[in-house]
Amino acid sequence: MAQRRVWLMIVALVALGVGLLPLSQAFLGLRLTYTVRVVALGGALLGALSGALGCFAVLRRESLLGDALSHAALPGVAIGFLLAGRQLGALLVGAGIASWLGLRLVAAILQTTRLKQDAALGIVLASFFAAGIALLTYIQSLPDASQAGLDSFIFGQAAAIIQSDIALLGGVGLAVVVALALFWKEFKLLTFDADFASASGLRSGLVGALLSTLIVITIVLGLQLAGVILMVGMLIAPAIAARQWTHSLEQMVALAAALGAFAGGSGAVISALDSDIPTGPMIIVVAFALVALSITLAPGRGMLWQQQRQRENRRHLRSRRVESGA
Amino acid sequence: MPESGELALVIDDLTVAYDQKPVIWDIDLEVPQGALMAIVGPNGAGKSTLIKAALNLIPRAAGSVLFYGQPYEAARRLVGYVPQRGSVDWDFPTSVLDVVTMGLYGKLGWLRRPGRRERAKALAALEQVGLVEFAGRQISQLSGGQQQRTFLARALVQDAQIYFMDEPFAAVDAITEAAIVNILRELNKRGCTVLVVHHDLQTVPAYFDWLTLLNVEVVAAGRTEQVFTLENLQKAYGGRVTSLHGGQVLAAGG
Repeated sequence: MAQRRVWLMIVALVALGVGLLPLSQAFLGLRLTYTVRVVALGGALLGALSGALGCFAVLRRESLLGDALSHAALPGVAIGFLLAGRQLGALLVGAGIASWLGLRLVAAILQTTRLKQDAALGIVLASFFAAGIALLTYIQSLPDASQAGLDSFIFGQAAAIIQSDIALLGGVGLAVVVALALFWKEFKLLTFDADFASASGLRSGLVGALLSTLIVITIVLGLQLAGVILMVGMLIAPAIAARQWTHSLEQMVALAAALGAFAGGSGAVISALDSDIPTGPMIIVVAFALVALSITLAPGRGMLWQQQRQRENRRHLRSRRVESGA
Repeated sequence: MPESGELALVIDDLTVAYDQKPVIWDIDLEVPQGALMAIVGPNGAGKSTLIKAALNLIPRAAGSVLFYGQPYEAARRLVGYVPQRGSVDWDFPTSVLDVVTMGLYGKLGWLRRPGRRERAKALAALEQVGLVEFAGRQISQLSGGQQQRTFLARALVQDAQIYFMDEPFAAVDAITEAAIVNILRELNKRGCTVLVVHHDLQTVPAYFDWLTLLNVEVVAAGRTEQVFTLENLQKAYGGRVTSLHGGQVLAAGG
C-alpha cells in the first residue's frame, strides 16, 4: 500500500507540475511565452537531476560536502569566462574542474593533516568562494560588455537559460542518469556499507570516485538555476522530503526527482515573471516548503504521526495501569 | 601449530599503526582449514583492527596475509565478512531481503542486476537465520538481534570458504545467540573456516575449538583446550582474570 502511495504521489506531482503552467496563465496573468516554457523545462530538468543525485549525498552524510563543492565552482566559472568568453559549455567545464579540485583538496586535507571534516570543508568553501568573488570583481572591471550576467551564477538566474542550453543540460543530465542506472547496485551497496562493499570485492575507491563525480556534475549543471550559494538546498531538500514518505531507495530517488522537478520548474517560472527575482532563492523556498510539509505530514515518520502514536501509547499505558491497579 | 591439512589463513608480521602508535604489532598467525576460532582480548587489543587489516579495509604498516596461499585480491571470492552491527546506518531506506541480497553483488559483478535466483538464495539464507518472515521488513524496524542475523544471512549468501565476523555476539538476545551458534556449527560442518571476534570469555570453550588471545601482540594461539589457561588469560588481560575452574572464568575485565 505504501508502495503504491509513493508512485501515486510521483504521478500527481508530475501532473500538477504540467498543469501549473496553463493554470498560472489563467490566474496569475503569466504570459506563456516560448521563453517561459524553456525556463520551466530547464528548471524541471535540473531539479529532477539534483533531486535524484542528492539522495546519495544525503545518505552518505555529505550534504555539507555538496555545499563546499558548489561554492568551490565559482572561480572555475570566472576562469572559464576569461579563457573562452561567455559560452555555457566553457563556464560549466571550468566550474566542474574547480569543484573537482575542491573535492580532491578536502580529501587531501583529511589524509595529510589532523583536521576534521568540518574544518576541511570550511577551508575549501571559504577560500574557493573568495577567489571566485575576487575574479568576478576583476572581470566586471574589464571593458568588454559581454561579462554581464556572470554574477547570475551566485544566486542563479533561470531566465538566462536559452534553448541551446537545454540541449546541453539535457544531454549531460541524461548521461548522469544512465550512469546512475548502470551502477545502481554498486552505489547502493557503497552508500549503505562501504566496508562490506570493499570486502566483497567491489572496487570501492573507483565506485566512490564515480559517484562523487556524478554529484559534482549535477552540482555544476544546477548552478545556473540555483547559484553556488543555494545549490546545496537544491541537492538536499528534495532528498530529505522524499525520505519522509518511503523506506525504499528506488522510491526515494524517484520521488526526490519528482519533487526536485516540481520545485525547479515552479521556482524558475515564478522568477521568470520578473527579472528582479533571482531564481535560486525562489526555488529553494518552494523546495523547503515541500520539506516542511513532508516532515510534518508524512505517514509514519511525520511529526503529526509520531505525536499521535505517542498519545496512543500513553493512553494505552494508562488504561493498563488502571486495570492492574483494580 | 596446525597438525594437518591446508592452512586457510597465514598472517605474517602484520603491523597496523595509527599516528605511529601500533594498534596491532607483529602478528603471526596460522589458521588451519576448518577451524572455528575465537579472537579474544581486552578492549583496545586490536581485534577488529586485525580483521580489517587482513581484509585490506585499513592500510597495513607491514606484513602479509595469505588466504589459502593467495593474497587477498586473488582470494576475494573465498572470503565472507560480517562487520560490526553498529558500523552502518540502520535507518537506510531498504528492506531486510535487499540487505541480504547485497551479499551477492560481489559475485554478480559490474552491470548485472540481482534477479530471481539471487532472491531465492537470499530467502534461503533468511530461513537459516530464522528471519524469513521479516524479508519485506524495513531494516529500521529490526531489533539489535534481528539486525545481527540479517548481517549473518548476508554473509551466508556469499558462500565463502573463510568467514570473518566482528563481534556478532555483542548485545544480542538469547534467540540470536543460539542462531549464531547454530550457523557457526553448520559452517564448520561444511568445512568452512570461521574467525570470530568475541568478548565473552565464559562461552569460549563451548563455542570455539580454536582460540587466539590478542593484546596488541598475539599472546597465545592454538587449540582452545591448550590456550584457554589462567596463565594465558592473565597475560592477555593483565591479571584481571582471577580464577578458572573447569573452563569457568569467574572474574574477567574487559
